[in-house]
Amino acid sequence: MSTIHTTDVLIIGAGLAGERIGVEAAKRGLSVIILSLVPPKRSHSSAAQGGMQAALGNAAMGKGDNPSVHFMDTVKGSDWGADQEVARIFADNAPIAMREMAFYGVPWNRVKGGPAEYYIKGKKQTITEDAAKEGLITSRDFGGTAKWRTCYTADGTGHSVLYAMDNLAIQLGIEVHDRMEALSIIHDGGKCCGVVARSLRDGSLSTYLSKATVIATGGYGRIYGATTNAVICEGTGAVIALDTGIVPLGNMEAVQFHPTGIVPTDILVTEGCRGDGGYLIDKDGYRFMPDYEPEKQDLASRDVVSRRMMEHIKKGKGIESPYGTHLWLDIRHLGAHHITTKLREVYDICMYFIGVNPITDMIPVRPTHHYSMGGVRVNKDGHAYSLEGLFSAGEAACWDMHGFNRLGGNSLAETVVAGMIVGERVADYAQKCRLEVSSALSEKFMKEVSGKINGLLTSKGNESVPQLKKEMGDILTHNVGIFRNGTDLEEAKKVLKNLLKRSRNIKVKSGAKGGNPELTAALRIEGMIKLAMTVAYGALARKESRGAHTREDYPSRDDEKWLVRTLARWPKGSDEPKLTYEPVGMIDVPPGERGYGGASIKPMKKTISSYNAEVDRLQKKNGAIQTAEKIGTRIKAGLWKKEVK
Amino acid sequence: MARKITFKIFRFNPYDEGSSPFQQEYKLEETPRLNLFSALNIIRDEQDPTLMFDFVCRAGICGSCAMMINGRPTLACRTLTSDLPETIELFPLPFFKMLGDLSVDTGVWFRGISERLESWIHTDGTFDTKSVEKLMDNELANEIYEADRCIECGSCVSGCATANVYPDFLGATGLNRIARYMIDPRDMRDNEAWFELVSTYEGVFGCIGMMACEDVCPKNIPLLDTFSRVRRLMIETGLSSKSTLLKTHS
Ligand SMILES: Cc1cc2nc3c(=O)[nH]c(=O)nc-3n(C[C@H](O)[C@H](O)[C@H](O)COP(=O)(O)OP(=O)(O)OC[C@H]3O[C@@H](n4cnc5c(N)ncnc54)[C@H](O)[C@@H]3O)c2cc1C
Ligand code: FES
Repeated sequence: MSTIHTTDVLIIGAGLAGERIGVEAAKRGLSVIILSLVPPKRSHSSAAQGGMQAALGNAAMGKGDNPSVHFMDTVKGSDWGADQEVARIFADNAPIAMREMAFYGVPWNRVKGGPAEYYIKGKKQTITEDAAKEGLITSRDFGGTAKWRTCYTADGTGHSVLYAMDNLAIQLGIEVHDRMEALSIIHDGGKCCGVVARSLRDGSLSTYLSKATVIATGGYGRIYGATTNAVICEGTGAVIALDTGIVPLGNMEAVQFHPTGIVPTDILVTEGCRGDGGYLIDKDGYRFMPDYEPEKQDLASRDVVSRRMMEHIKKGKGIESPYGTHLWLDIRHLGAHHITTKLREVYDICMYFIGVNPITDMIPVRPTHHYSMGGVRVNKDGHAYSLEGLFSAGEAACWDMHGFNRLGGNSLAETVVAGMIVGERVADYAQKCRLEVSSALSEKFMKEVSGKINGLLTSKGNESVPQLKKEMGDILTHNVGIFRNGTDLEEAKKVLKNLLKRSRNIKVKSGAKGGNPELTAALRIEGMIKLAMTVAYGALARKESRGAHTREDYPSRDDEKWLVRTLARWPKGSDEPKLTYEPVGMIDVPPGERGYGGASIKPMKKTISSYNAEVDRLQKKNGAIQTAEKIGTRIKAGLWKKEVK
Repeated sequence: MARKITFKIFRFNPYDEGSSPFQQEYKLEETPRLNLFSALNIIRDEQDPTLMFDFVCRAGICGSCAMMINGRPTLACRTLTSDLPETIELFPLPFFKMLGDLSVDTGVWFRGISERLESWIHTDGTFDTKSVEKLMDNELANEIYEADRCIECGSCVSGCATANVYPDFLGATGLNRIARYMIDPRDMRDNEAWFELVSTYEGVFGCIGMMACEDVCPKNIPLLDTFSRVRRLMIETGLSSKSTLLKTHS
């Protein structure tokens, strides 16, 4: 007999986004259960070192900052692919979210009045911090921003914020079922009623029935062979949404490569290295970024820096090593004290994993898969398209403040801001709705899952999961990477399609009782290949270059044809995804130059007002659920013209 | 010539009635900078798909992968085989509930500790979305962060003589957590409240000062200093308090 749990709000994922939503719902007196693959404090949010962006404007170099400037940076960063209303909601609420986390115990670094020395664009400079701001939350510099805006706790921002959030969740008595993996969404084609989950302790299956269900499962970087992401970032959250056959994933081709993954191991060293004054160096010991990007230099947006690095490597300026070609990251000039305090995690990672002492030696780095801008497509309330009662937030979602490139520090900030905003909508929804599920419906999904498990255990197939995973990771890394083209993408499509077929022929050798890691991996692989296919298909179809999506055969950004968001659905029984397109959202800042990256643009011919007039209708046609407030109400049209100097 | 490493790994599956504990041997050719994260995954992928262990960040940050490596509790992901002899013995952390092979249930234990210590900011205030944050000295923020750096890997309690005798002992991680909130001015608990919480043998007086914890802490948290601080404060409070002194272990 399997167990049945009922709750008002069911959250899949105990990272920052999931827990923040749980907190909101619990404060309203709703019952909450959170599922997680791992104990909450081990969720991947804990690995973020750098910081989170919010326009507090306390640090001297952040002076004059305000949410409009943050909004503008975010839109530019996204290469105009973002939903601008969502970017606005985010930027307006980020300062509140940081202060709230201070209230709950995050030991943010604070302003210390008086002169302080910083490295800016390679030069040592003395900046005088305002004594009147002493004791307020300070910030550091990150890429693609006009101001220093990234709030931080030394080298462990994600850790501190996640610990504070989880402690708050414990205080509120929120129930967390860890080592519990959601495998399938229970729904009737119109409404989501919960999930079927499998215990990673004893292998048993349970049914969770809920009024509102939230997917907050983080990124899915592990579909790529080389990624900075944790090993649990395998995307099952996005997969169960896709498997409904009706919920779409948005902009799956928008994949971020971070300039500084270390070689080998692909572990991230934070953008804070460059934010604090580190720079990239080539094999001749030359600082090359200012040649490509005179204005922002090493701190242009990530998509741009990653592309410039690959360009430079292609010119023969990389350093050859047994682990492939790389460049250097130099932070030696920041000095031992800075490196062992504000960048201590970087110091530890370099010392332990590659035996490099960053105080005396340069760090071998290359662009590495890092972040998924795409995810479960939701409206501005976080409500998933086409399925009532299903919500999503955090990296798993495509709420879409990041468009085709997210800024460093904007993702961790998104988790808590979206947690706050979407959390309210989730609670509103659960409060007005009743828990009604027919047992036949939940049993049908339970049977499907147990059928799949039995199938894997009794299969006569001969495919192995590690092999399929390796082939999937390789083809994505090589053919759907930083630079893409039609030929490579066609090949990726073919290879992945074949892998999908092979994934249905897997042999699980061991019927071991308990968690059974082999079965756990086998249950995930088919979905991972499907995700990989949505990425490759989306990338092949999008015949332009925007943000992180760079087509060698279509080098311009094409605002006439491609100022749209890709939606990928997986119709039941199909062997490939189906793509449709919708407008990106209401436009406030007209598409223009980013000020870095130097790409050409094909301008849109339509007027902004005629584009905007169609947004609501076309998004609804694509499955958008009616928002609590009309779309566009939060946009503050034209405010940026006054506030962005 | 690359070394051939012999792994002797503890095997036991508590969910299988037929299983009883034993040590299994695996051999692996050493490659440059091979760490135990890669090694165990290669063994699982190529030799034995049933082997159970836990990794998440594989970067020494999340605290998932602590195990006994040649008798010493530490993080497996950042342990290089080149720092170890040719034979590597791996056991799960003692003290925690066993889930299978090298995997133990640290999550439930740590949640219990957080509940016991009420490890959150205690305040009567409510968050006001409109007002700026309360001021804090940057030095103090750094000091709190120092104590907040514990990643709950469980190495300290696994290496601790007291914890292995008194299962209710809060351990270095618990005492460090208390210190973290004690120095945080946002937490309004007073010394008496702290005294109630830790002046027992499960608390700070249970520690017999062998300090294996500080030795094995992968984050180098200065636990010795932390304990002396907590102890000092507790003794001062105990002496000045009208309430019963130094409750004994029940
Ligand atoms: C190395 C690294 C450093 C980073 N640094 C920064 C930074 O400095 N600043 C910044 O802004 N961003 C940073 N990012 C990005 C940012 O950390 C993440 O985008 C963010 O933390 C994601 O949070 P989340 O709550 O959405 O998901 P996560 O924190 O990843 O949590 C996902 C949760 O879902 C659970 N889960 C997943 N699938 C299932 C399932 N099927 N069933 C049940 N539970 C499930 C997991 O157990 C986990 O609890 C970094 C990312 C990486 C990889
Ligand atoms: S896997 Fe995260 S600390 Fe080792």
